[in-house]
Amino acid sequence: MESFFESRVVWINLAYLVSAVCFIIGLKLLGSPATARKGNQIAAAGMAVAVIATLFMPGMANIVLILVGLAIGAVLASIPSRRVKMTAMPQMVAIFNGMGGATAALISLVEFEHKVGIARGEIISIVLGLIIGSISFSGSMVAFGKLQELISGRPIYYPSQRQINVVIGIAVLVLALVIILLGQTALTLPLLVILFLGALVLGVLTVLPIGGADMPVVIAVLNSMTGVAAALTGFVLNNQALIIAGILVGASGAFLTLLMARAMNRSVSNVLFGAWGAHAAGGGAGGAADAAEALPMREVTAEDAAVPLAYAEKVVIVPGYGLAVAQAQHAVRELAESLQDRGVDVRYAIHPVAGRMPGHMNVLLAEANVPYDELYEMEQINDDFANTDVAIVVGANDVTNPAARDDPNSPIYGMPILNVDQAKQIYVLKRGRGAGFAGIENMLFHNPKTAMLFGDAKDSLSKLTTAVREA
Amino acid sequence: MLALVTGFLQATSGVESALSDNATVILLSIYVLLLAVFLGFELIGKVPATLHTPLMSGTNAIHGIVVLGAMLILGSIHGNSTGDTILKVIAFIAVVLGSANVFGGFVVTDRMLEMFKRKPAAGKAGGK
Repeated sequence: MESFFESRVVWINLAYLVSAVCFIIGLKLLGSPATARKGNQIAAAGMAVAVIATLFMPGMANIVLILVGLAIGAVLASIPSRRVKMTAMPQMVAIFNGMGGATAALISLVEFEHKVGIARGEIISIVLGLIIGSISFSGSMVAFGKLQELISGRPIYYPSQRQINVVIGIAVLVLALVIILLGQTALTLPLLVILFLGALVLGVLTVLPIGGADMPVVIAVLNSMTGVAAALTGFVLNNQALIIAGILVGASGAFLTLLMARAMNRSVSNVLFGAWGAHAAGGGAGGAADAAEALPMREVTAEDAAVPLAYAEKVVIVPGYGLAVAQAQHAVRELAESLQDRGVDVRYAIHPVAGRMPGHMNVLLAEANVPYDELYEMEQINDDFANTDVAIVVGANDVTNPAARDDPNSPIYGMPILNVDQAKQIYVLKRGRGAGFAGIENMLFHNPKTAMLFGDAKDSLSKLTTAVREA
Repeated sequence: MLALVTGFLQATSGVESALSDNATVILLSIYVLLLAVFLGFELIGKVPATLHTPLMSGTNAIHGIVVLGAMLILGSIHGNSTGDTILKVIAFIAVVLGSANVFGGFVVTDRMLEMFKRKPAAGKAGGK
């Protein structure tokens, strides 16, 4: 035991323990708004400890190459993350998640080829890490494409989708089994590469048919998967830091996925695989959208809308992704303040999946210095819409669609929505007449109590503010 | 610690012979894994919806730990043959991607959380 503290590897492993504790404390602190930022910084410090300790691992070759790689990654990632707008955060999370998945997959590939005399248990870890990492990578890239609107946010269908996906899924599993049974042979590398490609295709095909509105859940699932892939590489490399941090993320990510799916009143499997069978329903919704084109919408000017607002007692603002796109979070706060100055009770109703990720709206409104005690979650405020004089919907669509409550044929039927249609009067600020991100017509817009204020949300909001101050 | 666990396993299973080092390590790893699963669930349990996005982003940064694996792999390739060079290139790409995951993840999370501020001291009329 005397040599215990003389071994460098022991010290490195103790450093890993420190970083694991940092991650745990960091995650704990991330759970409360007041301490969240500190939590993230503690987790980052833990990561720094782990990375630096690893550099001192005995027998490390290519140290310069490692340092250069770390630096390139840091620069490549830091510049866009500092510059990107708050609205684009979800796709940034998706892309970094994909990079983590790719890292795990590449490690598995190299490890299999490089390591001599791999035990069967290690082969299982390697193969699983490769599959999960690859799916996470390609799935995240598709999610990124959808959120960035490089790919249509609407579900993408092709003939025999379900069958093709199932066949590829089974093929990947069979190939994995073959590799595990064969062990390390000359054939292994080509087989692994095929497995790698197959898993990549599977990731793409699984995420493509999922609608843009469900992307938050998809990213949560993929995030959790990358954690598991990291832990699997930890088993291969016999590295406790990888196992602990990877599984922490895997477990917390899985839990987060459940919370999000619950917020949409759907099961995770329904989100991930529901679209495969929903082709007919999707077509039906398209038909409904055509029919709805003919329904009347009442338009209103900012000046006319301002009067009932200024003399209302209770106003609820329902922000959605449109608010984020228009960078209108400051404008909406100004409108709220102009109303509050007149003694109007103003609250914000935040749907759990408003925007493109849970909590996305809170982040944006916080950026505009909206105090978070004015933000109400759906369950807290939903019964209050009936007592609300005016509800202002700013660029929110699907989360206000009464079809989710009333129309069993709607693709979003069963998703909990904000009961905006129960307010005495509703103003909808909207860019144009088109359907929402999910491509579903919203009957709220045709409600006789609803008046539409078309145009850029920021512009409409400032006009409203001016008009309220003059009223 | 190792001795403790080995001893525990011997005591419970009634097996006299000591476990091999390798078996002990694997068992310990499984212990760690299982405990971490419970910890992960427990830590997320009471988080308000407000923080779901930053939390996802924060955990996203933490799984950047996978960069350690990439570093260790690149550090273990000593040869200079063509095969080794190809492996080095792949491992190098893994280090770059893993590093991007770490740095991007923490920076994005920090930027989100920077936005969370308490209500300004000068309260507004009508605000609760």
